[in-house]
Amino acid sequence: MPWDRNQMAARAAQELQDGWYVNLGIGIPTLVSNHIPEGVEVTLQSENGMLGMGPFPIEGQEDPDLINAGKQTITELPKTAYFDSAQSFGMIRGGKIAMAILGAMEVAENGDLANWMIPGKLVKGMGGAMDLVAGVGRVVVVMDHANKHGQSKVLKECTLPLTGAGVVDRIITNLGVLDVVEGGLKIVELADGVTEQELRDLTEATIVD
Amino acid sequence: MKKVYGSAAEALDGILFDGMFIAAGGFGLCGIPELLLEAIKEAGTKDLTFASNNAGVDDFGIGILLQTRQVKKMISSYVGENKEFMRQYLGGELELEFNPQGTLAERMRAGGCGIPGFYTKTGVGTVIAEGKEHKDFPTGPDGAMETYIMERGIFADLAIVKAWKADPTGNLVFRKTARNFNPPAAMCGKVCVVEVEEIVETGSLDPDHIHLPGIYVHRLIQGEHEKRIEQRTTRPAA
Repeated sequence: MPWDRNQMAARAAQELQDGWYVNLGIGIPTLVSNHIPEGVEVTLQSENGMLGMGPFPIEGQEDPDLINAGKQTITELPKTAYFDSAQSFGMIRGGKIAMAILGAMEVAENGDLANWMIPGKLVKGMGGAMDLVAGVGRVVVVMDHANKHGQSKVLKECTLPLTGAGVVDRIITNLGVLDVVEGGLKIVELADGVTEQELRDLTEATIVD
Repeated sequence: MKKVYGSAAEALDGILFDGMFIAAGGFGLCGIPELLLEAIKEAGTKDLTFASNNAGVDDFGIGILLQTRQVKKMISSYVGENKEFMRQYLGGELELEFNPQGTLAERMRAGGCGIPGFYTKTGVGTVIAEGKEHKDFPTGPDGAMETYIMERGIFADLAIVKAWKADPTGNLVFRKTARNFNPPAAMCGKVCVVEVEEIVETGSLDPDHIHLPGIYVHRLIQGEHEKRIEQRTTRPAA
């Protein structure tokens, strides 16, 4: 059985190390915060200007001045700090954020990432994604291995406009975990019950040993 | 010099002109200068260029100036929440320049600091880098060369900003994530007009807790804010 969304998020949470400052993207990456391993303390950054992001508020406690980068109402923690957008991206661009976990439309074997625009479709903008992938210490992508038509999203070359060139370090999909290495992608792990052949069949990118 | 004005319209009097370049604070609908935007709508100033992370929603924020066709160009990182914006953009009525969010914030900060250009890795190898100067610096492991692109500082005719509290000299305090783009926007405007929820007596703000000193602030108003929530998200009570 391939991993479901929560299992992918749980696997991504295993990437976190104690003491890290981390930025989680929208979608499955948001679920990672539900699976942070015991004994690991991470501080979540929200790029609109906050370190130490807490959970969603209970009804009646929403504060219009307190939102995350997805514009959802959130809460603060005792360790929370606020700052402006220039400082927020200063810490991102300056490499202070250890890791970003992001969704993607396509990833290529050279680490290219596409997740912001489909030509001919409505373009909403890249938000902070280009800054994050260019600046943070490590970029982990969490996404389905194939699109809904069964076509691989793990490619030799991205077909969509890039968010960043050569920026991805690790890919976690419903089929397993792959690392971007010299010459292509290396299989790190298979999802429970997924065979290496099944993963290779749905991977267009070069797989190296 | 008196900085406190009686209304948004008074605070903008003599400043607005057609074709001007305005930097606006706010992220989504959080911390936007809603009263000043409403006053610009009433003033009817046209052909505006806005540097603003977002474009509001159809009936709030910069969206209200799109409805009245007062905006010529947006410089933004994300505009997904606004149907009228998309209609005008796809119809060729509105220019749009996408900037990565951190690049936009730094362009404002840099402009306000007298820095006309800076180099960043953000966007290298993407459409954002097209037509921009590329330069290598030895910032990689063991001094390896890495490629950067040059981005330009923003020098706006006017900055419109929302803060939480101010004193009459313009010292500002923001609240939680409503700070966002407001300080960098304030810095890059030739003139900066600020709206706050409360103007307090000079001396009542702790000088160590001022987020933006009054040197950046030229005009100031106090007013009632709607502070609309864009994505009300909650968890079940335990």
